[in-house]
Amino acid sequence: MKSAVVIFPASNCDRDAAVALEQVTGEKPAMVWHADTDLPDVDLVVLPGGFAHGDYLRCGAMAALSNIVRDIKAKAEKGLTVLGICNGFQVLTEAGMLPGALMRNAELKFVCKPVGIEVAESQSVFTRRYENGQHIVFPVANGVGNYVADEETLDRLEGEGRVLFRYAGGDNPNGSARNIAGIVNEKRNVLGLMPHPERVCDPLLGGTDGRALFEGLLESLS
Amino acid sequence: MKARVFITLKTGVLDPQGKAIGHALNNLGFRAVSEVRQGKVIDIELEERDESKARASLKEMCEKLLANTVIEKYEIEVSR
Repeated sequence: MKSAVVIFPASNCDRDAAVALEQVTGEKPAMVWHADTDLPDVDLVVLPGGFAHGDYLRCGAMAALSNIVRDIKAKAEKGLTVLGICNGFQVLTEAGMLPGALMRNAELKFVCKPVGIEVAESQSVFTRRYENGQHIVFPVANGVGNYVADEETLDRLEGEGRVLFRYAGGDNPNGSARNIAGIVNEKRNVLGLMPHPERVCDPLLGGTDGRALFEGLLESLS
Repeated sequence: MKARVFITLKTGVLDPQGKAIGHALNNLGFRAVSEVRQGKVIDIELEERDESKARASLKEMCEKLLANTVIEKYEIEVSR
């Protein structure tokens, strides 16, 4: 499986994503600068966490207009697998690749801690190595992670099994609608999630619950 | 031509920042404050003399970048 990680100005989880990908796939991902116009020929692209363009105007708004995201959007429509983590999720909603929006956390605080997550749907290339309803722990680190969408969109996401991850056990760190932590697009090849699976891929970092996500991708995309 | 764009949250979208400002105002003794909504003002200078062209262009700017129409609405004011 060939992968790439995009670097925007002020991305700060690009290396974490690269290390996790290399550990699981055995191949170094291509690191791609946001101003590049063409994505290399890869099976998976990761939009990493961080504060692209200083979160100016709205988180992800500037990054969503970058050359590389334009190319990724076109390729995702043809089936390219895209994983947006944290700031990457914000970029995907701003680019119109996922519905809804991320707003300021309900408590107005930056929340940085491990949270309980339920795998709400294992039918996807991202979650196939998890069980339905499995409880895992991923860290969150966001100030703008409060997922909102209109009721009709939320009903559709749930009805179509597009909510892959939810905050579990009443521990919703940011006030997200219906405890949503991660969703996929209609074609199920684009995932955006606020928690950080790439930060729990090595026992040295306090957990390995994130590995199955990358292993599932490796299995599906190789 | 000068333009001022007002960007505010749509009705029904929760505004935690506005709520916090409202609480702070109450604590300062402004007891009459019942609801606060926070937004943005963006001032833009345009090299454009035709008002309708300017408005059309500003609308496009709002749709493409300045507002996220999933959660925000916008109003445009134009002056010479």
